[in-house]
Amino acid sequence: MCTYDTERITVTGSAKGADGWFRATDATISYDHPVHFGAGHALLVDLINPALGASSRVGLELNAESARELALAILRSLESVPAGLLES
Amino acid sequence: MTSNLRAETIHFDSYDGNSVEAYLATTESDEKVGGVVVIHHFPGYDEATKEMVRKFAANGYNAVCVNLYYRESPDASPDDAAAAARASGGVPDDQLVGDVGAAAKYLRALANSNQKVGVIGYCSGGRQSVLSACSLTLDAAVDCYGAFVVESRPESTMTSIVELLPNLSCPLLGLFGVEDQHPSPEQTETLRELLSKHGKDFTFHEYDGAGHAFFAVDRPSYRPEVATEAWGEIWKFYGQHLSDKK
Repeated sequence: MCTYDTERITVTGSAKGADGWFRATDATISYDHPVHFGAGHALLVDLINPALGASSRVGLELNAESARELALAILRSLESVPAGLLES
Repeated sequence: MTSNLRAETIHFDSYDGNSVEAYLATTESDEKVGGVVVIHHFPGYDEATKEMVRKFAANGYNAVCVNLYYRESPDASPDDAAAAARASGGVPDDQLVGDVGAAAKYLRALANSNQKVGVIGYCSGGRQSVLSACSLTLDAAVDCYGAFVVESRPESTMTSIVELLPNLSCPLLGLFGVEDQHPSPEQTETLRELLSKHGKDFTFHEYDGAGHAFFAVDRPSYRPEVATEAWGEIWKFYGQHLSDKK
């Protein structure tokens, strides 16, 4: 099924898409039909900049286990940053 | 029938005056033929959907699929356009109905049209096929495993269209997999009961060994034996309702 459930957050950073680097302003997260990954559903993450158009996008399609591991690894990485290095 | 066809990308003005992109396949026939509006699935206006459009033309129909995401993402690839549509909660129902209506009008204006037009949709398009048949005057509609026809989810932007079912304007063919949970067999039964209650003409087929998206040749959900049998039901149904020959 198409879940139509999409989390959307604003982000600060850059992403490298098909046409090179761009400033990412938003991220969307959903569990829905993937385009390329061979599964019925997948955790979909898109880093986007809507102001630049739909093609300014970096997409991820991960199975649920991989997505959880990625999320935890991101948190572990941030928690291990030496004091004083974290920038807002 | 020769199976000869012509396929091309076209643009035409939709209900709101905006130009939309569509993929058109016309059958080579000296006789008048029916038309089919194909509604693509949520992942977009992709190669697999265009292949289905050509399949209808190869089987004696004119067929057209509107790129439902063209307005917002005219220059984007289908996957990027689908991501943008997902981020915005999907295509509004009014816009969908307007685009399907304009596509039906385009098909009826073709020189070899017999003025009969059906609609078919897969996945999210299944719901949109029923929605179109409840909102427009059509001759036949096919719902391929569309969720959110009889159910709503509070966390979702998509809502049921139960209240529109009394307006169903044409016969409906429903094709479902019994292993699908969205729509589940229970939801299909609910739809069956509602259509019966409203006195509508419908035929449902529920296939063992198949879940969601069993028609999708490029996905692991593809079930070739079930899809072949279900295509047979589509040809029979459209032959009955879109052809001039009985």
